[in-house]
Amino acid sequence: MSDQTDNDILLSVRDLVVEFPTRHALLRAIDGVSFDVRRGEVLGLVGESGAGKSITGAAIIGLLEPPGRIAGGTVTLDGQRIDGLPLDEMRKVRGKKIAMIFQDPLTSLNPLYSIGRQLVETIQTHMDMSESEARARAVSLLEDVGIPAASERLDAFPHEFSGGMRQRVVIALALAAEPELIIADEPTTALDVSVQAQVIALLKRLCADRGTSVILVTHDMGVIAETANRVAVMYSGRIAEIGPVADVVHEPHHPYTVGLMGAIPDLDTEGDRLAQIQGAMPRLDRLPEGCAFNPRCPRRFEPCATKRPELMPVGASLASCFLHDPAYADLLPREAAE
Amino acid sequence: MIAFVLRRVFQSIIVLLIVGLIAFLMFRYVGDPIESLLGQERTFEDIANLRERLGLNDPFIVQYFNFLLGAVQGQFGISYRAGVPVSQLIAERLPATLELAFVSGLFALIGGVALGVYTALRRKGVIATTIMTASLIGVSLPTFLIGIALIWVFAVELQWLPSNGRGEVVAIGGWTTGFLTSSGRASLILPAITLGLFQMTLIMRLVRSEMLEVLRTDYIKFARARGLSARAVNFGHALKNTLIPVITITGLQLGSIVAFAIITETVFQWPGVGLMFINAINFVDIPVMATYLMLIAVFFVLVNLIVDLLYFAVDPRLRVERPSSK
Repeated sequence: MSDQTDNDILLSVRDLVVEFPTRHALLRAIDGVSFDVRRGEVLGLVGESGAGKSITGAAIIGLLEPPGRIAGGTVTLDGQRIDGLPLDEMRKVRGKKIAMIFQDPLTSLNPLYSIGRQLVETIQTHMDMSESEARARAVSLLEDVGIPAASERLDAFPHEFSGGMRQRVVIALALAAEPELIIADEPTTALDVSVQAQVIALLKRLCADRGTSVILVTHDMGVIAETANRVAVMYSGRIAEIGPVADVVHEPHHPYTVGLMGAIPDLDTEGDRLAQIQGAMPRLDRLPEGCAFNPRCPRRFEPCATKRPELMPVGASLASCFLHDPAYADLLPREAAE
Repeated sequence: MIAFVLRRVFQSIIVLLIVGLIAFLMFRYVGDPIESLLGQERTFEDIANLRERLGLNDPFIVQYFNFLLGAVQGQFGISYRAGVPVSQLIAERLPATLELAFVSGLFALIGGVALGVYTALRRKGVIATTIMTASLIGVSLPTFLIGIALIWVFAVELQWLPSNGRGEVVAIGGWTTGFLTSSGRASLILPAITLGLFQMTLIMRLVRSEMLEVLRTDYIKFARARGLSARAVNFGHALKNTLIPVITITGLQLGSIVAFAIITETVFQWPGVGLMFINAINFVDIPVMATYLMLIAVFFVLVNLIVDLLYFAVDPRLRVERPSSK
């Protein structure tokens, strides 16, 4: 579309709200999340379990588990709004424009069909190809993801592959229709550490070759640091900080990000205890007033317990923290103000 | 695969021997066939002669052995009452039962799978909820009551369908079929529904719960995320994964459709082996009863063998490792 959106931006999420109506309360799993994904970029989405990373991914591709639903905000892909599309329209987006990779490769493939059949089915759903053309494409996809003897393994069943190989097949399936965006939901969590690096490197290389953007959902900061261009740190259904990966890792601005980075063990420094952030993320039905992080925050000050901070620019990043809000600069505790 | 089949056949033979043994053990207590065979005017001499002739004086193990010996050669003895070979009696009546079982099995399977899938996909819909509630009635009402209700509505009140018998049948070789005449087909409808209704609701509930289970799995989510059509996801990917338990239960149910045809055949006066068995019990016709029980056992065993073979066809994980996999 011809509005002011930068042509460079592939996906734009604005003020996304996801709600889960339960018997007792209406839970807001995502509360006003906004971010952009540029073409060819890898955006990391990190946070603790329950911060809303996976739900953000599911909401973008329209696969929220009922009763979850998008209650507000917009998701725009290539200038076209894709939230709330009719099911038939959304199906043309899924796989063709946005693909998704799930956590567990052992359960992501249908055990009763050969991988070739699953690939051909996906290819033929989105591309106008004959059976033999689709099979040829399936073989080349399997070769791309590094399955040895691809044409012979085409008729093999998922149980005949190891976990790492299955995740490669899953990646081949995700790439089958040349999507513009891949949402990878903890793609390596279920794999051996030695295999994790290979799969991440593969995903990164394939997407770079094709110019495919990636939203990489993970709680592994190491993976993010190696793979992502930018990173969004989520906490309690909101973005705490978002910015270029080097800035967020080396110069975090939000106290939560500071704590998260401080919790990464460093082999060079001696220490017998691992650093941690005191307390736990609040339950969705017991969110505190003001900033959700304030009860755990070491630098809490006056506005934190009553007002909710919005994202504001700090250096090259954006952080939702009053420490960086000029309006509250004179209220800052002296040690914090330095 | 062949070894598996041979092993199963061997197991089946043992099962059949045990069924036969139990049957014969029981028959010693169901009464004295002489009572019904000879009229009021009988002498002790007549009784003794008949006992000797029927072999009733032999120990039951010997009787059992003689029965087996005959059975292996295709001889199931002479019916005490009808005076004709049991094999002939069965051959006359088996087509009626098998056709009834086939139609009601098909009805149960197609209806059960279709309704099960529907109620799983439209879990909260009004129609689906209604079907689920109605299915409770199907499960809890006794067969004969359903049969009588159907007769009352469709045969007595509406007079659309016949209430008893097979209608006109056509003989093809040794097989009599009701499929080829309109009265034969019309006669099949009510008994087939009666016999299959319980199995249909059972299969429907099973398919529904299995579908709900499978629809939650990652591979279904992944299939949706790839943009496959609802049809491909629900029927190609989900339904096939529910098949193993469905095949198991359907197999068992098919066996019991034949076995429980007794009640339906009695209600509809269906000239099948079930009705024959009921009559045989009244007259303590041991050869007929024994043959019938063996027949049912053979049927069960056969169906279960087919079920086991179907597992291999459905689930590649059960097949022997292929040489191409490392």
